Amino acid sequence: MTDADLTDPFTVAGTDVGSRLLLGTGGMTSPESLAAALRASGTTLATVAVRRVDPATRHSLVDLLDGLGIRILPNTAGCFTAADAVLTARLAREAFATDWVKLEVIGDDRTLLPDPVELLAAAEQLVDDGFVVLPYCGDDPVVAQRLEQLGCAAVMPLGAPIGSGLGIRNPHNIELIVERAGVPVVLDAGIGTASDACLAMELGCSAVLVASAITRAEDPALMAAAMRDAVAAGRAARRAGRITRRFVAEASSSFEGMVAPGGTDEG
Amino acid sequence: MTTSTTVNGEPCDLAPGSTVAALVAEWCPSPRGVAVAVNGEVVPRSTWERTEVMPDDVVEIVSAAAGG
Repeated sequence: MTDADLTDPFTVAGTDVGSRLLLGTGGMTSPESLAAALRASGTTLATVAVRRVDPATRHSLVDLLDGLGIRILPNTAGCFTAADAVLTARLAREAFATDWVKLEVIGDDRTLLPDPVELLAAAEQLVDDGFVVLPYCGDDPVVAQRLEQLGCAAVMPLGAPIGSGLGIRNPHNIELIVERAGVPVVLDAGIGTASDACLAMELGCSAVLVASAITRAEDPALMAAAMRDAVAAGRAARRAGRITRRFVAEASSSFEGMVAPGGTDEG
Repeated sequence: MTTSTTVNGEPCDLAPGSTVAALVAEWCPSPRGVAVAVNGEVVPRSTWERTEVMPDDVVEIVSAAAGG
């Protein structure tokens, strides 16, 4: 970690999370390749789903993450109603001894887009119940603001549908969400490659959550390393303050003292 | 009509007096990272030993799975 990283902590609900790259664990072919990608990413917070136990499965995802020193962020993936999401979050709290939850309430299984009505209802119940709620939401600035008003600890707008790899379809909305948010904005879903993650950070997001773009890449560990560097670069660029876009050129070399082949300055 | 307990969607005949703790021991290699709901209510780990599973209960036993 460099000095610049130390002066730029990523904090959610008063907790220093560490890395600004969050990882999803879904879509990997083996626990070994998942571990390699997690290591290469430098992540300190990774999501897991809550599912019925499979008596045939011997390996434990919890043990794998614990062994790597990575905090667990349970999600409510697959829930279509607020009631299902609330029960799933409560099960996760009991299973993993964490109040944190990535709240997902999906509207339909073709787009996997969030259902804002059920999402807001679930967020309200979970905040009341003492959870640290990180809701996956659309890129609608009004919904993001409503979630923050309900007491969510962050907002996680999508760049594009889950697993689509389409990047950030509406950068302007993400900027609007960032501009108004008093809580961290975590770009979630839609990232396809490193430049998408970099753009999210340049737009002012506090962090990026990446799953499929890493786990389904040809070389997941290499893509994880690329994402790590992209997030760091994007964050640094944001803090550095980019130049204003101009319609025409602005010379970076002064015209002062130019040679005059014609012999005189007037030539 | 006889009823049987449903565990993770499967009908399951349990010995009378079976507890949540016994069910978890049967279904899971380790109780770490496991949670249980009976009839839609989470059963806190601290009460697994003394919570009996009734014949018509619907039980869900969950743990972490890979997911975004």
